Amino acid sequence: MKDTMLLQSAVYLGLLTLLAWPLGAYMKKLFEGEYRWQARLEAPVWRAFGVSPGDEMPWPRYALGLVAFNALGVLFLYALQRLQGVLPLNPQDFSAIPPDSAFNTAISFVSNTNWQGYAGETTMSHLTQMLGLTVQNFLSAASGIAVAIALIRGFARREAQAIGNVWVDLTRATLGLLLPLATVIALMLASQGVIQNLAASVTVPLVEPLVVKEAVVDAAGAPQKDGAGRAVTRDRTVAEQTLAQGPVASQEAIKMLGTNGGGFFNANSAHPYENPNAVSNLIEMLAILLIPAALCFAFGRMVGDARQGVAIFAAMTVLFVGMLATLYWAESSANPSLTALGVDPGLGNMEGKEARFGIAASSLFATITTAASCGAVNAMHDSLMPIGGMVTMLQMQLGEVVFGGVGSGFYGMLLFAVVAVFVAGLMIGRTPEYLGKKIGSFEIRMVMIALLATPFLVLLGSAIAVVSDAGLAGLANPGAHGFSEILYAFSSAANNNGSAFAGLSANTPFYNTLLGLAMWFGRFAIIVPVLALSGSLAARRAVPVTSGTLATHTPLFVVLLVGAVAVLGALTYLPALALGPVVEHLSLFGIR
Amino acid sequence: MKQTAKAILLPCAKVFGALALVTGLAYPLAVTGLAQALLPNQANGSLIVENGHARGSALIGQPFSDPAHFWGRPSATGGVPYNGQGSGGSNLGPLNPALQAAVAGRVAALKALDPANTAPVPVELVTASASGLDPHISPEAARWQASRVARASGLPPAEVEALIAAHVEGRALGFLGEPVVNVLRLNLALDARVKALRAARADAA
Repeated sequence: MKDTMLLQSAVYLGLLTLLAWPLGAYMKKLFEGEYRWQARLEAPVWRAFGVSPGDEMPWPRYALGLVAFNALGVLFLYALQRLQGVLPLNPQDFSAIPPDSAFNTAISFVSNTNWQGYAGETTMSHLTQMLGLTVQNFLSAASGIAVAIALIRGFARREAQAIGNVWVDLTRATLGLLLPLATVIALMLASQGVIQNLAASVTVPLVEPLVVKEAVVDAAGAPQKDGAGRAVTRDRTVAEQTLAQGPVASQEAIKMLGTNGGGFFNANSAHPYENPNAVSNLIEMLAILLIPAALCFAFGRMVGDARQGVAIFAAMTVLFVGMLATLYWAESSANPSLTALGVDPGLGNMEGKEARFGIAASSLFATITTAASCGAVNAMHDSLMPIGGMVTMLQMQLGEVVFGGVGSGFYGMLLFAVVAVFVAGLMIGRTPEYLGKKIGSFEIRMVMIALLATPFLVLLGSAIAVVSDAGLAGLANPGAHGFSEILYAFSSAANNNGSAFAGLSANTPFYNTLLGLAMWFGRFAIIVPVLALSGSLAARRAVPVTSGTLATHTPLFVVLLVGAVAVLGALTYLPALALGPVVEHLSLFGIR
Repeated sequence: MKQTAKAILLPCAKVFGALALVTGLAYPLAVTGLAQALLPNQANGSLIVENGHARGSALIGQPFSDPAHFWGRPSATGGVPYNGQGSGGSNLGPLNPALQAAVAGRVAALKALDPANTAPVPVELVTASASGLDPHISPEAARWQASRVARASGLPPAEVEALIAAHVEGRALGFLGEPVVNVLRLNLALDARVKALRAARADAA
């Protein structure tokens, strides 16, 4: 098992680099409008929209446009869910989504979180899945990419007042990048067995009909009781299996590519119709980190020094490999309490995992999906071993900068890069600078607002939940694991990940509202300061490189960057993690 | 102020509307059209069709509890096990007493049917899958059940072993995922063999 794990990981990282390098080159030219075909193809689009690439915006206008665009997305998605009962393409006649759940889901998909409080196959009509959720899968990803590109322009430009045109960036990200890639990936997935149709469902006979006990209800729908007050049950034979159907491949492709993660089915990418085999699994894992990795290389090219992008990519890879190794080690060790019952320990912790993926492909997927802000799962994170669950949580809490979400991971990592040069500058007593730009007090203030917003939301939200009855009502597991469930939920929401320790019953007005707010502010309390940072940097002059300048493409800088991420993340979250997963690990393995 | 609001809201609505139509309707419908034309079997659920009738999906597991059949993963789907409309896992944490209780019950049920089998119970046979619809178990987990299935179904043990061997699907490209056996396919083949054997015995008698 260990050999295939090494091979699968190595092939994965190799393919990722091989695909992301040319894509980075393409993205640079696409967003700078350097391709000849762009002028011809795009002209009618800009005319129809009434915008022009030449109409560049200062950062406040860029930010205002982006927030307005996303707010409109929330309104539209909310309305679509509330009205789905009377709209077409609803073959199973699902009724309107309740207001609190619709509010949560609308913010969830617009903020690129895709936290799912609902079960997809039993609540959402095909129209809602397509025109609501799939649209936001594209547009939230495009928003993240636009912000990342705008921030890169801040570093690349000299004494400029503007950072780009938000409408042009959003359109190019959607139509020039996400749409063609998603179409190819969707067809590749369909070829492996991911379904793609508009049928309601398919019914097949069971080889072994199943007898289940069900409660007998009277005419009013109340359960009947016998003389002793026990509920009366009767045997019901289930002879058929109803298989939910729908346009899954198209949604699966963009859900991965846009690091959205919201599944068509409740079981997400563990469902065989979303992820039928190890090949589809590899395609999906590549799709998650493809654009985040390519952004590193696009960055290098845009600032005119490819080595800068490689350094960021290297720092992300170092962190990724460390996380992957820890998670795999945790999952490949068997649960000792099951071994004591006579269970073979050889295969590791298989509770909540699919046989076709096993420990290796499940560990790889879990590390990738929480490194990115994806949140799709092919194994149930609630049933991970304590340290495995901790790794997934820690990656989100670091701000998802290990590759990270589409766009958001990259701009998150650049924030840490600014912190790293700032700290280095303090150590040697020089004004810090990065990529030829002086880092002044305004820049540092914006970076700190962006970096502290999510820890504030995570720790405050978790604290509110553990001291309120409504918060504790949703727990599925007792003890330290219950605390982990709540901490995971807020880490996931505020960092726009969307995966869950799914035992927590979060589809309640309490969690829907609180997590909805955490998702919105976790997204835009970072995006707005990042755009401000970009605007301020773009206006600065370039400072000449001297012998005292800290080189930011060297292995030394990579170490410094990894250190900045690890120290900030660890200091913020260690106490909370100690109360959850660490306590669990110690008690599971009987260490006192 | 009014000017700025218009300068933002007008392109905002136009861009949103156009991109929503392209990504929300044109894209999924185009992919549906292509997939239905090029990959009709996969796009419609990879159904196993015998004599014109669907017998199940090759990708979706079914519940088995007859000792004469191979059993798959325990399922934690909503309502009934292997509910095709309520996928999901148990979400029990590794320390949860409910997990230990459930696994102990499953171990006891398997051992009661095959007391002579003293090998440790394969972990997939007693732990719930992530989707609750997992169609596979490992080849070892199938072999572990071979003696029970042979006894209960009346097939010679060598033939049961041969059926398992014929249904082992190796790792994709030699290194991706894990080797598995599709439980539904294996049981359908087993049923066909049992039927043929009974028919042959009836002819002989």
